[in-house]
Amino acid sequence: MTTTAPHTDLGKTPGPTAPSRPRRGPGALVRALPLTPAVVLLLLFLAGPIAYCFYIAFTDLQLTGQAQDSFVGFENFTRAFGDEAFLNAVWLTLVFTVLSSLVGQNTLGLALAALMRRASKPVRTLTGGIVVTAWVLPEVVAGFLLYAFFRREGTLNAILDWLHLPSQNWLFTLPILAVSFANVWRGTALSMLVYSAALNEIPKEITEAAEVDGAGGWRRMWHITLPMIRRSIGTNLMLNTLQTLSVFGLIWVMTRGGPGGKSQTLPLFMYEQAFQNSLIGYGTAVALLLLLVGSLFSLVYLRLLRTEV
Amino acid sequence: MRPTAASTPLLALALAATALTACGGGSGSDPDTVKVSFKQSTDNSIKVMDTYLADIKKQFEKAHPGKKVELVPIKAPDSEYYTKLQQMLRSPKTAPDLVYEDTFLINSDITSGYLKPLDPYLAKWPDWNRFIDTAKAAAKGEDGKTYGVPDGTDTRGLWFDKGIFAKAGLPADWQPKTWKDVLTAARTIKQKVPGVIPLNVYTGKPVGEAATMQTFEMLLYGTNDGRTDPLYDKNSKKWVAGGQGFKDALAFVETVYEEKLGPDVSDALDPNVMTRVRGEWLPKGSLGIALDGSWLPQDWLPGSGHEWPEWPEKLGLAAMPTQHGQAPGKVSMSGGWTWSIPAKAGNPDLAFEFIKTMQTKANAQKWYVANSGIAVREDVAKDPGYATAQPGIKFFTDLVQNTHYRPAYPAYPKVSTAIQEAMEGVTTGDMSVDEATSDYVDALKDATDNQVVER
Repeated sequence: MTTTAPHTDLGKTPGPTAPSRPRRGPGALVRALPLTPAVVLLLLFLAGPIAYCFYIAFTDLQLTGQAQDSFVGFENFTRAFGDEAFLNAVWLTLVFTVLSSLVGQNTLGLALAALMRRASKPVRTLTGGIVVTAWVLPEVVAGFLLYAFFRREGTLNAILDWLHLPSQNWLFTLPILAVSFANVWRGTALSMLVYSAALNEIPKEITEAAEVDGAGGWRRMWHITLPMIRRSIGTNLMLNTLQTLSVFGLIWVMTRGGPGGKSQTLPLFMYEQAFQNSLIGYGTAVALLLLLVGSLFSLVYLRLLRTEV
Repeated sequence: MRPTAASTPLLALALAATALTACGGGSGSDPDTVKVSFKQSTDNSIKVMDTYLADIKKQFEKAHPGKKVELVPIKAPDSEYYTKLQQMLRSPKTAPDLVYEDTFLINSDITSGYLKPLDPYLAKWPDWNRFIDTAKAAAKGEDGKTYGVPDGTDTRGLWFDKGIFAKAGLPADWQPKTWKDVLTAARTIKQKVPGVIPLNVYTGKPVGEAATMQTFEMLLYGTNDGRTDPLYDKNSKKWVAGGQGFKDALAFVETVYEEKLGPDVSDALDPNVMTRVRGEWLPKGSLGIALDGSWLPQDWLPGSGHEWPEWPEKLGLAAMPTQHGQAPGKVSMSGGWTWSIPAKAGNPDLAFEFIKTMQTKANAQKWYVANSGIAVREDVAKDPGYATAQPGIKFFTDLVQNTHYRPAYPAYPKVSTAIQEAMEGVTTGDMSVDEATSDYVDALKDATDNQVVER
């Protein structure tokens, strides 16, 4: 979210364009005047850093260990694509996003929202409460909770032992699955809320009419509900995906991207390069590439929003 | 705060804000105030440094009428502390007069031009001759100038559980002569005392620098004669690409995990394994031998949460031997922190006066004892008041004469990561020693712009 929003904001900024239309006369200029502080702040604190980011992605700037930085052109980008660890991070980011956001949070959120419509009020309040609690917990706290759940002496293995099923160190054997599950656990609430609102918007008459016509639950879901909440699905997917792409604390706490980089998604890779290896230039270039991945996903969803079903 | 995609813009924002404040008026430095930045513990109950500096501030202000000391604590874990400090050092408006620098990164900051050479001050300061030579070298740049005054150091050795040793039939005054002796003891424990972890050596990326320094370099620096640096060639200013010592050190790690003499691999690669060694395995008697640092008792002091006053009866200490027992027989690695003056400091002279106040013999000794540090001043090291302040302190202080400082030049953090990756490869069994070494050499060439030498 944070990464894409400023662009659209910039495009809409009325400040600098208003005075450039002289035919409106001095009135427009005077009217634009109160906006100036806001525009200046926006340019300074949003556009400025972004522009600076673009600039340093093309330099070899380091946090330390360097007397003078210089412009290196596309070197950081070519380096990234030749870097196995980067490609591994891209792949894991995709796996993580598809598993936890598209499949996990999204479907589970929809299922919960649909089921809760039929549930009694106490069940609804309780379920909603639990799901939202997971969401409002600070990311680091959630990370520690799930670390305790998945570790070798953790809750999950205790349950498996009790059921006489084989236990294992999940964070070691299946780290990307474990962190994906953690992200589903933490982030489903948003989807649930979005879909609850969307489902409430569907006029009762339509569903009832379909029911009278003999459409079963699945058919109603497929032919009526889903098409009608299509826009919410798009919005929800976009929000989820962008949030998931930037998940850092959760993975950092649970696995630090390991073992052997098996759960190192792009934000963790970027952090390692920029702040552990001090390569700010390279790290920023990776951040821009992450932004690109985010925009690609967004484009797909925007198309989804536009197409008629 | 999540350092995510948003943090680069955030960083840039911080830089922009710094630049902005630099444009405005206002004074960054008052000629009568020394600003001292230090790393405050992230644990609120630990106030060792705060208390110590408050005391020095009082002494300093009394001795220098009209001068003030402003303490600027930075509360952050290690890696974030470096980042914050480096940002402060970039501008004269934010640069303090005195900073606390880890020797791990000091050479990077020297290369960046963040620090001021102290040689003119040191030449006029008789106490400097009291500092032992290895420690003097800890804050020396590649230009041969000194950029910091160390306030103590640390050393490393083997901690062993006397109870487990008794059950395994091993001596209570154990002192291995070679690596083989260490492995033999671990194999004996594995055989005779089932259910305990025979030997812990940190490994892999999750524990970071601890794997490189507490394990790998403790091995590597014991593979040769103890006089030449097996990691960095000082004459050619190039990094050493692999070599037999490197492979032997990796093979040791491989043996430990392949023969299951160490913890379960998944535990060894758990980022919290360091806490478990100190807080769980050693105090509960489930670990036979631990290759670890001099600071462990810090965690067992009263009020630390893991109080263990009887540790001196339960644990024994042995120096880490060289590979084949060759001279000098023992090996240790040292790190530590130094006080440095930023290049952009407003009051460097006054800042050095503050260092001098901190480093009177009495104040230095107070500090070593308070923070379980190892003395780098020979007059303190010889003082019975210091040597008996804590069990183990004499043992670790004696190791200082066989200790090595890391070649902490700018590429070092990347080299260290490459070492951790090689270790992880042989720990999990995914790579052979030869494969891991050749991957290391590739990573090293990449990290150092091909500044490598075969040896």
